[in-house]
Amino acid sequence: MPKVKAQVMNKEAIDRALVRIAHEILERNKGIEGLALVGIRTGGVHLARRLAENISKIEGVDVPLGALDVTMYRDDLSSRKKEKPLGKTDVPFDVKDLTIVLVDDVLFTGRTIRAALDSLMDLGRPKQIQLAVLLDRGHKELPITADYVGKNVPTSHKEAVKVVLSEKDGEDQVVILEIEDGD
Amino acid sequence: MGLLIKGGRVLDPAHGIDEVMDILIEGDRIAETGKLAKSKGHEAIDASGKLVVPGLIDMHCHLREPGFEYKEDIASGTRAAAAGGFTTVCCMPNTSPINDNRSVTEFILTQAASAGHCRVIPIGAITKGSAGAELTEMGDLADAGCLAFSDDGKPVMTAEMMRRALEYSKTFGKAIISHCEDMSLSAGGVMHEGAASTRLGLKGIPSAAEEVMVARDIALARLTGGRLHIAHVSTEGSVGLIRRAKKDGIRITAETCPHYFTLTDEDVLAYNTNLKVNPPLRAARDTQAVMKGLADGTLDVIATDHAPHAASEKQVEFDLAPFGISGFETAFALSIQLVHAGRLSLMELIKKFTVNPAWALGIELPSLGTGSRADVTIIDLELKRTVDPAAMLSKGKNTAFAGMKLKGWPVETIVAGRRITG
Amino acid sequence: MPLKNKDLLGIEQLDRAEIEHIIATAESLKEVSTRDIKKVPALRGRTIINLFYEPSTRTRTSFELAGKRLSADVLNISVSTSSVVKGETLLDTAMNIEAMNSDIIIIRHSMSGAPDILARQLKSSVINAGDGFHEHPTQALLDLFTIKEHLGGTDGIKVAIIGDIAHSRVARSNIICLKKMGAEVRVCGPATLIPLGIENMGVKVFYRPEDALDGVDVIMMLRMQLERQGKGLFPGIREYSRFFGLNGDRVKLAKKGALIMHPGPINRGVEIAPDVADGPYSVILEQVTNGVAVRMAVLYLLSEGRA
Repeated sequence: MPKVKAQVMNKEAIDRALVRIAHEILERNKGIEGLALVGIRTGGVHLARRLAENISKIEGVDVPLGALDVTMYRDDLSSRKKEKPLGKTDVPFDVKDLTIVLVDDVLFTGRTIRAALDSLMDLGRPKQIQLAVLLDRGHKELPITADYVGKNVPTSHKEAVKVVLSEKDGEDQVVILEIEDGD
Repeated sequence: MGLLIKGGRVLDPAHGIDEVMDILIEGDRIAETGKLAKSKGHEAIDASGKLVVPGLIDMHCHLREPGFEYKEDIASGTRAAAAGGFTTVCCMPNTSPINDNRSVTEFILTQAASAGHCRVIPIGAITKGSAGAELTEMGDLADAGCLAFSDDGKPVMTAEMMRRALEYSKTFGKAIISHCEDMSLSAGGVMHEGAASTRLGLKGIPSAAEEVMVARDIALARLTGGRLHIAHVSTEGSVGLIRRAKKDGIRITAETCPHYFTLTDEDVLAYNTNLKVNPPLRAARDTQAVMKGLADGTLDVIATDHAPHAASEKQVEFDLAPFGISGFETAFALSIQLVHAGRLSLMELIKKFTVNPAWALGIELPSLGTGSRADVTIIDLELKRTVDPAAMLSKGKNTAFAGMKLKGWPVETIVAGRRITG
Repeated sequence: MPLKNKDLLGIEQLDRAEIEHIIATAESLKEVSTRDIKKVPALRGRTIINLFYEPSTRTRTSFELAGKRLSADVLNISVSTSSVVKGETLLDTAMNIEAMNSDIIIIRHSMSGAPDILARQLKSSVINAGDGFHEHPTQALLDLFTIKEHLGGTDGIKVAIIGDIAHSRVARSNIICLKKMGAEVRVCGPATLIPLGIENMGVKVFYRPEDALDGVDVIMMLRMQLERQGKGLFPGIREYSRFFGLNGDRVKLAKKGALIMHPGPINRGVEIAPDVADGPYSVILEQVTNGVAVRMAVLYLLSEGRA
C-alpha cells in the first residue's frame, strides 16, 4: 500500500486553480469562439467538465465538451504488466478548424499527451491544440509542455501523484505517494 | 548348465498350483520343479518375493512386418513384447502384402526365427486381401503355421461370408477371430459417439456398430457350430450378448484390451491422438461392464491389440491420425491394477494371459510342469514405475498411458529357456 | 484482468468475466469503424496471418478488417491449393509461418481440434476461426454482443437455436457461451441432426420449432447445408423448409420483438423466409458489423502484455 507523503493541493486550491485556468483560456483565445474542451480519460474528463462549467459561468455560453480514450494510441502495449481498461472516445462535434484544449490531471512523461495528439488528429484537423493540466510533476521524456498549469510540483521517480476528485472518490485533493517495491 | 529360478511364488493355472517353489530349466524345457537345492553349475535367478507364471500369451497384436517396417518390425515388436512379459504373440495379417497366402506366413516365421525375441504365431486372413469376397486357402495357411484366421482391421461385412468362414474353418479346427464393426454405422467416426464426441465436435462410432455384428456372429456361430472368438470387446451391450451366448452353450470366446477397462471417452481431452483407437474408448458404464465381464468369465482373454505407429503419423489432426495404441509394454501392468482394486483374483488374471488364450486358439495349454516348454515370466508385484514413452522399446511410442504410475511389472522373460529381458 | 490464455481456441476455455471483458472492449472499439479514419495504431507492426483451410469470405474479411483497423499487417493464406496439395502437414505449414515471425495466427479448418495442435506447438497466439464441428468462438461472441446491445442482459433469457445442430460449430459455441452468461438454451431440428448427448451441454432438445419457439427472446437460425441431404440425414429441402423453416407464423410464437439471428450466409426460402430475414427484428446485418468490433477486441486483448 503506497504511503501518503504530502498533500500538495486541497479542495480550495483545486477550485481556485480551475477558475484561474478558465480565465487564462478565455484570455489567450480571446473569448469562447471556435473553442472546445476535450478531457483525456480517465483523469482529465471530470476536470474538463469542471473547466467547461467555469467557462460557462464566465461567458454565459456553453463550450463544446468531449472525452478522449487514448489507450489504442499508447506506446506500451507489449510491455504492460497490468492491463489498461478500455474506455470510449466520445467527441460529439467535428474538430475541424477548432481550437481544442486537451485537459488532463497530471503531466509526467508526456507520452499520454503524445497519444492524445495522435488520437485527436485521427478525428480530424483542428486549427490549434492547447494543453491544460492540473499538475505538472516534471520528468518529461518528450518535448511536450502544458499551456495552462494548475501547480508545478517537482517529484522523484520513487513517488506517485494521485489526483482525488469528488466525482469519483468523494473528496478533492492532490497527494504525493511514496511507491514501495511491488506497487 | 541349467537355469534355476529360485524361491518365487509359482502360479500355474493349468495345474491349479499357487505355491512358493523352485523351477529348473534345462535347454528349452522345464526339467524339475519343487524345493530344489542349488546345484552347482546352474545360473540362478533369485525370484524370492516375485511371481513366477507361464510365459504370457498375446493373441492379438500387429507386428507390421512385412510392409510397414517404419512403424514396427518383428525384431523390435517381439523385443517390446518380451519386455512386456510376453513369450508368445499372435500377429494379425493386415500387413503389406496381407498374410493371405503361404509365402507371407513363411516369411513371418522365418523372420521370427532369426530376429524374433519371442515366439510368433501368425494369424492368417479369412478372405483374400481381407476384401471380404473370397475365402483364403485356410488349409494351406494352417499347414504353413497359421493357428487362427481373422480379417482384423476390418470386419467381414457380409453375413454369408462370415457363415462360410465359420463353417470352413471347422475343417481345420481353427478359430475365426472376428473384428466386429458394422462399417455403415461407424463410417467416418473417430471416437465413441456420445456426450464427449458431441462436445469435441468429432464424428462418433456408436456402440451399436460393434453390437450389431457381435449379435450377428453369435447367430452364425449358433448356426454353424464354428469356433468364434470376438476380438477387442469394448461395450456393455457386447458383454451382455456374449454372456447370454455362453449361457446358451454356443462355442464362443472373447477378448478385451487394457484400454477398455482403464480409459473412457472423457479422457480424450485436447484431441490427444494417442487415445484414438478402434474400437474407440467407450463410456464409463462400458468400462464397468468390461471389468464385470472379466470377473465373471464372459471375457476370457486380455490381449494387447498392440498397434504401433510412427510419431509423425499421430501428430496430425484427430480426424487424420491412424487408429491404434502401442500396448505390449504396458498391458500387464495395467491389468494387474484390476487385482490391486479387488476386481479380479491374481489366478484369474494370469489365466487371461495364459491358459485362456491358448484354449481359445486350440493350442497346448502353457504350464510350468516338468517337460513343458520353458516359457516363463517373472513379475514383481511391488515394483512401481511411471509409463514413459521415451523409454519404450517398440518403434511405436504411441502409448495412451504416458505419465501413469503403475505398480506391478514383469521383470524377467524367459523364452524357450533363454533369458530375453531382466 | 487480461485473457488468461495466449490463444482463443473456444468459448469453453473462457470464464464469464473474460467474456464480459471482451464484450466491453468491443463496445469501445465499435466506434473506430464509424470514423472517417477507421484506424487506431494499437497493433502497428504486428503480423497477423489468416490461415484458412476452408473457403470463407465473410469471416476472413471480418478478421482482415479487424486487424487492419488496428494497424496490423494482415496476410491471407488460402490453403486449398499449394502446400496441402504438396502434402505438407498442418503443423509444418504453421511452423513455416511462425518462422517468419508471426504474432497471431487465425485458423479455420474442416477438422475439429486443428487449432489445438497449433496452439500447443507455436509461440504465436492462435485464434480458432472455426474448426470442424467443434467451435467458432468469435461468432458466439459477436452473437452475444448483438444480443446484449438489444436486450441489455442475458441472465434468464430464452434462446432457440434451430437447424443442423449436429454439424454446427456455431451452435456449440453459442450453447457454451449463452449457458455461461445465464441464458436458457433450446436446440431444435430433425432428430437425425441432433447429436447424441447434447443434453449434457445443458440444453433442452425439441424436434418441432412450434415447441422450441414458445416465448423465446432470441431465435438463431442455422444454415442448412444442402450437401448433408445426400447422406441420408434428411429427405430434402422442401420437407425441411416446410417443417423447420422460419416463417412469419412461426416467428409469432416467440416473444414480441424477439431477435432474429443467423450466422450467414442465409439460404433464402430454406431455413428462413425472405420477409423474416429482411424484417424489422432481424439483426443479421448488425451481427456482421459487430463481428469486426468483436474481432478487433480479441486481437487487441491477445496482444496486450505480449511482445
